[in-house]
Amino acid sequence: MTVTRRTRAPGARAAYLNGPALALGLAALLPVAFLAVFFLLPVGGMLARGFLPEGRLDLSGVPEVLGRARTLRVLWFTLWSSLAGTVLTVGLGLPVAFALYRLRFPGRALVRAVVVMPFVLPTVVVGVMFRSLLASRGPLGGLGWDGTWVPILLAFVFFNLAVVVRTVGGMWEGLDRRAEESAAALGATPFQVWRTVTLPALAPAVVSAATLVFLFCSTAFGVVLTLGGLRYGTVETEIYLLTTQFLDLRGAAVLSVLQLVAVVLMLAVAARTRAATETTRRRVGAKAAARTPRRHDIPALGVTALAVAFVLLPVGTLMVRSFRRSGRWTLENYRALGDPASTPALRVSVTEAVANSLRTAVDATVLAVVLGLVVAVVVSRRPRAAGWRRVVAALDGAFMLPLGISAVTVGFGFLITLDRPPLDLRTSPALVPVAQAMVALPLVVRTLTPVLRSVDPRQREAAAALGAAPWRAAWTAEGPVLARPLLAATGFAFAVSLGEFGATSFLARPDRPTVPVVIYQLISRPGVEHLGMALAASVVLAVLTTVVMGVVERLRVGSLGTF
Amino acid sequence: MLQCDDVTVRFGATVAVDDVSLTVDEGSVLAVLGPSGCGKSTLLRAVAGLEPLAGGRIAWDGRDLAGVPTHERGFALMFQDGQLFAHASVADNIGYSLRLRRVPAAQRRRRVDELLELVGLPGYAARRPATLSGGEQQRVALARALAAEPALLLLDEPLSALDRSLRERLAGDLREILVATRTTAVLVTHDHDEAFTIADRMAVMLAGRVVQEGSTAEVWRAPTTREVAEFIGYETFLTGDAADLVRAATTTTPPATTPPPTGQALVPPATDTPPTGQALVPPPSAPPPTGQPLVPDRTGVLAVRRSGFRLDPHGPLRGVVRRAVAVSDAVHLTVDVEGVGEVAALGDDPSAQLEGREVRLQIEPRGTAYLI
Repeated sequence: MTVTRRTRAPGARAAYLNGPALALGLAALLPVAFLAVFFLLPVGGMLARGFLPEGRLDLSGVPEVLGRARTLRVLWFTLWSSLAGTVLTVGLGLPVAFALYRLRFPGRALVRAVVVMPFVLPTVVVGVMFRSLLASRGPLGGLGWDGTWVPILLAFVFFNLAVVVRTVGGMWEGLDRRAEESAAALGATPFQVWRTVTLPALAPAVVSAATLVFLFCSTAFGVVLTLGGLRYGTVETEIYLLTTQFLDLRGAAVLSVLQLVAVVLMLAVAARTRAATETTRRRVGAKAAARTPRRHDIPALGVTALAVAFVLLPVGTLMVRSFRRSGRWTLENYRALGDPASTPALRVSVTEAVANSLRTAVDATVLAVVLGLVVAVVVSRRPRAAGWRRVVAALDGAFMLPLGISAVTVGFGFLITLDRPPLDLRTSPALVPVAQAMVALPLVVRTLTPVLRSVDPRQREAAAALGAAPWRAAWTAEGPVLARPLLAATGFAFAVSLGEFGATSFLARPDRPTVPVVIYQLISRPGVEHLGMALAASVVLAVLTTVVMGVVERLRVGSLGTF
Repeated sequence: MLQCDDVTVRFGATVAVDDVSLTVDEGSVLAVLGPSGCGKSTLLRAVAGLEPLAGGRIAWDGRDLAGVPTHERGFALMFQDGQLFAHASVADNIGYSLRLRRVPAAQRRRRVDELLELVGLPGYAARRPATLSGGEQQRVALARALAAEPALLLLDEPLSALDRSLRERLAGDLREILVATRTTAVLVTHDHDEAFTIADRMAVMLAGRVVQEGSTAEVWRAPTTREVAEFIGYETFLTGDAADLVRAATTTTPPATTPPPTGQALVPPATDTPPTGQALVPPPSAPPPTGQPLVPDRTGVLAVRRSGFRLDPHGPLRGVVRRAVAVSDAVHLTVDVEGVGEVAALGDDPSAQLEGREVRLQIEPRGTAYLI
């Protein structure tokens, strides 16, 4: 049925634009206002600084900045490293997704947890891991990769493997096996079946995952900053350097806009394929159970073993090296964490930073989950009027934006726009949680929305017809389904807030740093004692996030709880 | 009493329900019968308050329902796939509306048990919906709807998702339950058997409009248009000479007479028919078949159900079997009748090799109708 225009007798509207619809609309204003004040305003302010230096539009910076040899080098590196990272991640992720979601073998749950873990590890921690792995005295120091672009690429794969495995695996798990079986019955070889039936069916998930991986690679900050040193920079680190080191706001603004345009394009692609993925998920067949491995599954299992090794090697190295100093086993690195006087590099002890991190993350999580729930409820509804449907679609897209906008831009934007009454938040302890909530919000929305969309609207109608008022009807139909994903989203938001570095590095006050900030400060300093403490602090942070995410994985929200 | 006056529902430029007027009396069951996409479910949803009206009025006992939200209408709605709340037990599903009304737990439990008994599922209270078969789920959905003691029960294709034998059994049960509870109901379905089994009255809906309304017996016997007739199971449509021939055979040949000698023209011969087509009045001796409009009209169409043509060695019509398909308790035949053309007919011996054979057909007046 084509829905173009609604004509309706006046007055007939009244019954349908009643209290609950209105209340829902008003509730949606809350996250919208949040997005406007803490995202659009800072980003807009940052851009204004760049393009409106003396109060009038000055675009001369665009050709000038884009003409710089350094800019071109940064753009080129961003592009090719992200592309290479995406290709490698998808190539490694597909066989792993197959093994972990189509096969059944002992220890599968554990392997899934291991593969997913890196995604929530703080970027700074990952940077530290790969540095200690590939450093000249590290286990793989002999490869001579330290200081090259290889660690950056490896870190990209390490990070984003989870995105591919969960997105593609989730879809693969739900594929109706009978389509493959009928192709095989018609005489297709296993490879032909995969190429002609399985791959086309998975295509939306693969494209969706690849888009997200590319997005995450091209906007990566902490990893590139810690691994790239001065030789390799992406657009994101360049924005950081331009604003903090060179005070070239115009250059930063030009790069931010460039990044913004690219991100919006990629999000549009992701949204398109995501819609396809969600429809397919609803059509999941019952005949999709995983089977026990057979002989021809050995390559996929081998690749999975390789992936596990690839994930565990840096983690293991980090663990081991955090207990060593000057060639001896020691707890000294950990002991130093509790001592505020252990190093002049820090103003507070790491233990205090951990407390700060936890407090901030709790606030950020509450904020992100409450707002994200409202957004998810609103964008999962399908209003009758085409105009409102477009509004809903726009909202859905808008709350994805923070996922791709440079956290650096947001952080710096906070500083320059929220610095005068009525919103002078420069010294407010709320600034860091707000920024972290902004980063976690899209993840919460993406976890909850597909779950809500998968609930048949007739469930609510059935409840309403039995006499349940709208809120009660929604609670009956959606409440029970939402419980676990809501817990998962909470854990997810908490882990992300704990590890957030890009925006926090700008906003954390010197006397109240979070752990990632402290780790970065430590590795920026020379000396084994600083590196040792950074390693120990990284272990603490990694353990914290892994515990949180382990709980989330136990909730088994399954494939719906991904992107 | 439910009253729909000139109800219109639009989706953008599409008119889903077009100027429909209906009434449903207290205690009666109305079936809205129509093919998928005819707007029957939309009409039901409009009555439930789930679709806004573009025009017209829906009233209950004279009170206009515009502005009354779904949950305050006091109706209940049962969907094709039950829409049971998956996270609640059978008892909690059935007791849902009672809980909303704060009925004390003990009383609620008693009522749930009664209803489970009524729908034939005693002892199912603690089960989860996922552990039930499709038929059981629909029974629970029915019990849940009845628990609300709705002023009006709205049934949206309640049995369509079930397999045939189950559907037939449940349709009978549903009828009994509705009669026993004296529930006023509107049933939406595309299955005419279901409509005939469950409802007292029916409205046939095509392309958004109600094209015929009446008691089920009336509609069954005397569809007014070809579309309606097709939809409720008439398969052969004859006009002109062919219609006259069949009519004449119906009215002049008493059933089970001795077969006319082979080679003799069928009675009455086509040449006997007046070319103007006015004189096909049955002879005074032959009583008109019950309920059949016997106005002979050459512009009219004679509609015949499959059961209107029965294989009978003594029948007045002669033809050759073109196709024979055995079903569970009969054989569906396509017979090329001399002077009439291909008709759908019914045989009763699936073992006989009938294709290509010459046969005779008896006409069952109850299976025929004149469409004006």
